[in-house]
Amino acid sequence: MYTQGLDSPGREALHASSPDTAALEARFQARVDADEKIEPKDWMPEGYRQTLIRQISQHAHSEVVGMLPEGNWITRAPTLRRKAVLIAKVQDEGGHGMYLYSAAETLGISRDQMMAQLLSGAAKYSSIFNYPTPTWADVGAIGWLVDGAAIMNQIPICRCSYGPYARAMVRICREESFHQRQGFEIMMTLARGTPEQRRMAQDALNRWWWPALMMFGPSDAESRHTAQSMRWKIKRFTNDELRQQFVDITVPQARFLGLEIPDPHLRWDEASQHYVFGPIDWAEFQQVLKGNGPCNRERLEARRRAYEQGRWVREAALAHAEKQRQRAAQAA
Amino acid sequence: MNEKEWPLFEVFVRSRSGLEHKHVGSVHAADARMAIEHARDVYTRRQEGVSIWVVRSSDITASDPAEADAFFEPARDKVYRHPTFYSIPDEVKNL
Amino acid sequence: MSARLEYVLRLADTSLVLGQRLGEWIGHAPALEEDLGLANLSLDLIGQARLLLTYAGEIEGRGRNEDDLAMSRDQSDYRNLALAEQPNGDFGHTIVRQVLIDAFQLELYEGLQRSTDARLAEIAHKALKETRYHFRYSAGWLIRLGDGTEESHRRVQGSLDSLWRFTRELFAEDDVDREMASAGVAPQLADLELRWSAHIDEVLKEATLQRPADVPYVWHGKRGQHTEHLGYLLAEMQFLHRAYPGASW
Repeated sequence: MYTQGLDSPGREALHASSPDTAALEARFQARVDADEKIEPKDWMPEGYRQTLIRQISQHAHSEVVGMLPEGNWITRAPTLRRKAVLIAKVQDEGGHGMYLYSAAETLGISRDQMMAQLLSGAAKYSSIFNYPTPTWADVGAIGWLVDGAAIMNQIPICRCSYGPYARAMVRICREESFHQRQGFEIMMTLARGTPEQRRMAQDALNRWWWPALMMFGPSDAESRHTAQSMRWKIKRFTNDELRQQFVDITVPQARFLGLEIPDPHLRWDEASQHYVFGPIDWAEFQQVLKGNGPCNRERLEARRRAYEQGRWVREAALAHAEKQRQRAAQAA
Repeated sequence: MNEKEWPLFEVFVRSRSGLEHKHVGSVHAADARMAIEHARDVYTRRQEGVSIWVVRSSDITASDPAEADAFFEPARDKVYRHPTFYSIPDEVKNL
Repeated sequence: MSARLEYVLRLADTSLVLGQRLGEWIGHAPALEEDLGLANLSLDLIGQARLLLTYAGEIEGRGRNEDDLAMSRDQSDYRNLALAEQPNGDFGHTIVRQVLIDAFQLELYEGLQRSTDARLAEIAHKALKETRYHFRYSAGWLIRLGDGTEESHRRVQGSLDSLWRFTRELFAEDDVDREMASAGVAPQLADLELRWSAHIDEVLKEATLQRPADVPYVWHGKRGQHTEHLGYLLAEMQFLHRAYPGASW
């Protein structure tokens, strides 16, 4: 669900310019322009393939790492209903990671390769998950703001030119419709609860607001990949367009909750019919992206630990399958 | 990371009886039984299915997109295979 | 406390505590597919616990709902089998615990479907379908791990040896069990034991694992005599309720 950081730089080869390639590329671009879907075995420019691999795998990693901050609260959820909902939600995130890894695998990279990139720290994931979840209200704020921002990012990708990515996204968007609503419901319960609960809700909003705005990625002026990605219809709106749309719909929701957006510059602009918001601290964004956020270390370590400690299990399953194969061969 | 990865299986789900199985994605699993369980846990969490098929991805033979023209273009001018090719007066019923 | 209330709490708490334990895995399993699988087991068990706790609250008649019962009882008022509260350990350890309980719940719910208590029969009817899948999942894994590599075999045999001592409690009949069985509410534990044993032997054989010898000491989790682990599990689960008394969530 979490697509920020997907513009972070990769090293795809620039287009080769032999006449053959030029013709293939022209035909490819014509198909994209005609809104035809590109499927796994179709010819595609290497840059397109690499951009997709990078974007889809980062998206998948984000889902998987994204299980951790909310997963913190599964054992402490305040009611059994909330516990069940949270388990189902975190489980969905794992499922969405899998749909996305599946889609990326159609481009000729294995899940193991992608996992290795994540665990070595080479691959990026949405840096929103490097923020901590110290209180129950964080579960509400993540659902409301982080899932809200993610949905806004993801809906356009349902129309992405690459078939497997678009199909995975359709499924993900359909399943995620409950995630944001459950988050808002948690915030609403807290906002209408005891003074301590209201304080908890406001505190979570204070901590998640700016990171949520950063989820849309660097501003258009800074974003390296936007133009090419838009031409290839991997991306349909710019980072700033989506960010503005998010602010415009979220501010009234915060008002409804009786919570205050932590931005002294925030105001409604009658002329443009949009909210104007204060400057984003991109230095912080860059720091978190570089690995210096509050929980980068913990998140990666948790993934590495799960991977390392699960190795004997995965190996045993393969060994058993091999034994079964041999037994079947002998019996035949 | 030198270990062997669990092989990939393609997953097909029948959403309700009367409909065909449809490709929905893939899972990794060490064996077919596990692949069925993974497909169930990954692709039918919301009652999306009543039946699942899994098949090892490496066992699928696909047509080559480079041959798509040779494969599929020749069907294009055989419009006489379609009922709309034939003009029958409106007053003739049950045809 | 009436025998019926005791009995329903035993069922409810075993599912709740086991569901809570499985919830600890989510995000940390050996493969992403297993995160999803364990989450499904956990969700089923918590769902069973909610139905059963709601029913327990009604029997009790003091207006307590599922959350009052789950979040404000201390460990000595919990009635789960001690096996369910044992820590996860590694994945194999979790699987061994799961197989032992799944085979038990499978036969238990099978019998409870014919309970003279219509409410329990209805809950058992739903839970049985879930439990059939749980057993398929956990038995499948125990077979792979037992008959996998040398390391996996050694690990799960060790888990089996260490958890086996909690299995006596499953069939240690007391007054509550006898009263419920004679009223036709619950199946006879002695019958369950035979069928449980057959399931377990079959799985262990295929998994090439040795059935450990029975140990005479019996834990009485279902009478509120728990291992040290339950207190920590509850401290975590009940923390918000205790830190913010009276708040609703």
